[in-house]
Amino acid sequence: MARIVVDVMLKPEIHDPQGEAIAGACRRLGFGEVISVRQGKRFEVELDDATEAAAGRVAELAAELLANPVIEEFTVHPAR
Amino acid sequence: MRIGVVTFPGSLDDGDARRAVARAGAKAVPLWHGDRDLRGVDAVILPGGFSYGDYLRCGAIARFAPVMAELIPAASAGLPVLGICNGFQILCEAHLLPGALTRNVGLRFINREVRIRIESAATPWTSGYAPGEEITVVLKSGVGAYAASAATIAELEAAGRVVARYAGENPNGSAGAIAGVASERGNVVGLMPHPEHAIDPLTGPGGDGLRFFMPALTRRAA
Repeated sequence: MARIVVDVMLKPEIHDPQGEAIAGACRRLGFGEVISVRQGKRFEVELDDATEAAAGRVAELAAELLANPVIEEFTVHPAR
Repeated sequence: MRIGVVTFPGSLDDGDARRAVARAGAKAVPLWHGDRDLRGVDAVILPGGFSYGDYLRCGAIARFAPVMAELIPAASAGLPVLGICNGFQILCEAHLLPGALTRNVGLRFINREVRIRIESAATPWTSGYAPGEEITVVLKSGVGAYAASAATIAELEAAGRVVARYAGENPNGSAGAIAGVASERGNVVGLMPHPEHAIDPLTGPGGDGLRFFMPALTRRAA
């Protein structure tokens, strides 16, 4: 079994109003040094495949389903 | 004329869409997300709502529903398809339309009447309107801000594929105040506001939306 992590973030040029709202809350909470926050998603995918091909399969899955390449970018790495 | 209206788990406006089709004088044919069958309809509407609870991304899971396995090739071959709100999101996720819908600027769910300008009458769904005509429909979405790369937006504008635009104030931060776009062939149209909620002064802001539900099917042959 392999556990692979996919991190998905909005592309830098895509406006992230949720991240902005969180940044505003940080500053109200006294974290005035917070300049900006971007919100993303993390997926942990368990596969019945311990070979080196697992990460490649998950990257395929990320490109087709977990991320929308029009507005998002993703990275794939093994879970610790 | 028979117009199919797909119901996904979490669709909300399928009933209103069928009612609008019937009011416009066509036959509304219910289509089920789990059936790989379009029942021989002449056109298809993907209605608004929250298919699959908007899990993952709006429309991301509905795109893989069995009915979509029939719809995607049919749409690519010229079948008129109108996606309203969640339907628009599904069409973008299915890559039948360019771009994506993102969270409203200001984060608020918007539920109010809006004025939109019909920018193109060269689609089967908007042929009943005059280019430049302004109509009142209902905007009802939290993830309604249209986004695409600058190159895609420029291409859509140049090709006349911006079908509708918010008139006056841009309510949700959509790029170019875009409220609706069309596919390259024009047969597939996505629209964020809801014309099906504006077909009768008794239950909505008026009847401006009704003409969306009289698609000009003769254009398919053109």
